[in-house]
Amino acid sequence: MRSDILLIILGMAVVTFVTRFGCLILFRQTGVPAFLEGWLKHVPTAILTALILPSLLLPKGYLDLSLQNHYLLAGIFASLVAYKSRSILATVGLGIILMFSLHWAGQTGLLSF
Amino acid sequence: MAKPVVAQAGNLQVLDVSQGLRESIPVLLGVIPFGITCGIIGITTGLTHVETILMSLLVFAGASQFVAMTMLGAGIADWSIIVFTTFLINLRHFIMGASLAPYMMKLPLPFQALLSFGMVDESYALTANRIYKVGYSPYYQLSVSMSLYLTWVISTVFGVMMGGYLANCLEWGLDFAMTATFLVLLIPRLVDRISLLVCTLSGIIAVLAALYLPGKWYIIVACLVASVIGSIMERMRGHEK
Repeated sequence: MRSDILLIILGMAVVTFVTRFGCLILFRQTGVPAFLEGWLKHVPTAILTALILPSLLLPKGYLDLSLQNHYLLAGIFASLVAYKSRSILATVGLGIILMFSLHWAGQTGLLSF
Repeated sequence: MAKPVVAQAGNLQVLDVSQGLRESIPVLLGVIPFGITCGIIGITTGLTHVETILMSLLVFAGASQFVAMTMLGAGIADWSIIVFTTFLINLRHFIMGASLAPYMMKLPLPFQALLSFGMVDESYALTANRIYKVGYSPYYQLSVSMSLYLTWVISTVFGVMMGGYLANCLEWGLDFAMTATFLVLLIPRLVDRISLLVCTLSGIIAVLAALYLPGKWYIIVACLVASVIGSIMERMRGHEK
């Protein structure tokens, strides 16, 4: 156990708990201010997108829009599965199967692109 | 006469707990692969087994754990950046906590703290749903959040143990499981124009920022700009009506 990692984990634990418990203390009389509510509502959508898109378009740190970018191909496929099924199991399962298939096909030279 | 009332109250608590356990099963099925992925990602980004499991035990916040581990893997070990990013990612819990506050306030403080620790997106969604349908029950909330917590920790342990055997598979792109999970969490949110706008903006900014900014700052920049513009647009539209 490295002490710097332990401090990071403890810091994460404290701020996470603060976000979950703080409002009970803070807004117990007044309720959440409208402007804050309006902003926080959109944070999950924004942050999920910011996590997803670069990992599909820049999986190796540079922009890769070619057919050799398996993350992009699997990402388009997984989006369709997620839209249809709304299921984490189905989306992750089928997405990973496609990733493995593409990798295998690429290694054995089945697909020339 | 007092005895049956006490027994009835006890029965109701048991009923609430069992209802909570029953209704969390489908959500738990989704948490298991997420937790296993968490364990595997922890190892691949260079954390030890104990560190990865400890993070799930103490933090219990999937998305921010993934981001923190990704940052550590990318060589960003700066305490303030990781902790601040965690704070930003979990800011949404403020809203959830605020909406449950009127119900939770009557409980003893340690009980409030325990329920708050276990308040993740899934337990909030189920508890809010139960309030809407039947009414608030702290025992329902407790059973939902604790079953989520235990499942999260156990599946992280499982992922950590399996990670060694799957090391070869990771080159094959198993980290895509994380992206796929986020996709399932994101897509049901895109039900109105503002959400689509926030998503589009965040996507464009994130890709541009990932190209030109160091490290993982693109996440914070894209999130702040897109969510603020989204809320401004929503207010403007509200004023038009």
